[in-house]
Amino acid sequence: MSDFDWGIIARSSAFLAEGMALSALLVLVATVGGLILGFGLALMRLSSHRLLSVSASTYVTVMRTLPLVLVLFWFYFLVPLVIGRPVGSLTSALLAFVLFEAAFYCEIVRAGISNVRNGQSDAGLATGLRRVQVLRLIILPQALRAMMPLILNQIVIVFQDTSLVYVVSLHDFLTAASVVASRDGRATEMYALVAVVYLVICLGTTKAAEFYRKGLPS
Amino acid sequence: MNYRWDWSILFKDTYMGWLWSGLLWTVIISLASWAVALTIGLLAGAARSAPSRSARLLAGIYIDVFRNVPPLVQLFLWYFVLPEVVPDSFGLWLKRDLPYPEVVTAVVAIGLFAGSRVAEQVRAGIEAVGAPLMPAALATGLRPAQAYRLIVLPLGLRAIVGPLTSEFLITVKLSSLSLTIGVLELTAQSRHVENYTFQGFEAFTFATIGYLVIGLCVTGLMRFIDIRIGGAALRKTPA
Repeated sequence: MSDFDWGIIARSSAFLAEGMALSALLVLVATVGGLILGFGLALMRLSSHRLLSVSASTYVTVMRTLPLVLVLFWFYFLVPLVIGRPVGSLTSALLAFVLFEAAFYCEIVRAGISNVRNGQSDAGLATGLRRVQVLRLIILPQALRAMMPLILNQIVIVFQDTSLVYVVSLHDFLTAASVVASRDGRATEMYALVAVVYLVICLGTTKAAEFYRKGLPS
Repeated sequence: MNYRWDWSILFKDTYMGWLWSGLLWTVIISLASWAVALTIGLLAGAARSAPSRSARLLAGIYIDVFRNVPPLVQLFLWYFVLPEVVPDSFGLWLKRDLPYPEVVTAVVAIGLFAGSRVAEQVRAGIEAVGAPLMPAALATGLRPAQAYRLIVLPLGLRAIVGPLTSEFLITVKLSSLSLTIGVLELTAQSRHVENYTFQGFEAFTFATIGYLVIGLCVTGLMRFIDIRIGGAALRKTPA
C-alpha cells in the first residue's frame, strides 16, 4: 500500500468540490423540473381525455426504455440544432435530465394519486368542493405523504444518474475525479474516494427514506 | 431548423454494419449481465432470509454497497482500479490475457450492480409471499429446509416476475455504460455514425428503435413467463 498517495485528495479538493457543486445543480434542476413536469404528465395520464392519456403514457414508456446516455447524446445533438446556435453541453444536459427524470417522477406521482381511494374524491365533490379544490385539499396532501419515500429514492437514483454527464464531458464529481486520476495517474485513490462519497450520501438518503416509510401509517 | 435528411446512410454498408454490430453487442452484454444479476440476486436475496446470521449480514452489506454506488463508478473501479490492487500476476492477466477485457468487465460490473437490485426484489418477494407460508409448510410435516426449498422460495419468486421485468429492462439500459470503457455497443455506434456523417437524427433514431424493440421483447418474454408459472394468478388471489 506504500505507493498510494492519498494526499492527492487534499491537493485536488477545490476541483472536486466544484465537480460536486455541478452534480448538486444537476440533481436540483432534474428533481424540481422533473417533479413539475412529471406532475403534469401524471395528471394527463389519469385524465379521461384519451388523447392526453395515451400521449403521456407513450412519452413515459419511451423515456423509460431508453438509456440515459442515449438521451444525453440526443439532446447534445438536438438542442443546438433546434435553437439554431451552439449552446454549452450544460444546457442540453439539464434539459435532457428534466425531460428524462420527468417520466420517472410521473410514475411516482401517478401511483401516489391513484392510491388515494376513490371514495375520498367522491366525498370531497359531494361536500361541494370543485375538482381543483378536491385535488389540492384532499388528494394531494395524502398522496404526497405516501410519495415522499419514493421521491427520496428517486433523488438517490438521479444523483447516481448525474455521473453519466461524463459522456458529454461535463465536470461533475465523477468526471472531475477522473480528470485528476488520469492526469496524475492516481486512479485507485480517486475512484476509491468517489465510491466512498457516493456510498455515504446515497446510503444515508436510502436509510432515511426507509426510516420515514416505517413511521408512516399503512 | 436547418437539417439535411439522409436516411440512406442507415443502409450504407459501413454504417449499417456498425449499427447492427452495436445492436448485437448490446443484446449480448444485456443477456450476460442479466444472467449474472439473476444468479447473484437469487443467492443474495435468499441469503437475506437464511437462518445463518453471518449470511444475512453479508448479503445485506452486498445489497447496500452495490445499490448505493453509481453503476458508472463501479464500472471504473472494476476496469481501472482492480488490476492495480490485485497481485501483479493477476493484474497483468486482467490487462493482457483476459479475452474481450472491456466486455467481460462491463458484464461483471453491470451484473453485480443489477444483482443487488434483483436481490432486494427477491428478499421482498420471499418476505411478503413466501415466508408467511412457512408455518403451514412445517405443519404438513416438511423439514425446514424442504419447506424453504419447495414452498417458500418458489412461491416467493413467482410473485416477483413483474418487478423483475423492470430490473431486466434496467439491465438492458445499463449496457450502454460499457461505451465509457470502449465497448462499441448500440449507443456508441450511433454516436460513431453521427461523428462520421453528421446525420445524428438517423443514427440516434436507429438506436432508439433498437432499444424500444429490445424493451418490447423483454416485456413480452417476462409476461409469457409470468402467465406460464402463474405469477399473475398468484397476485390476484386474496392473501
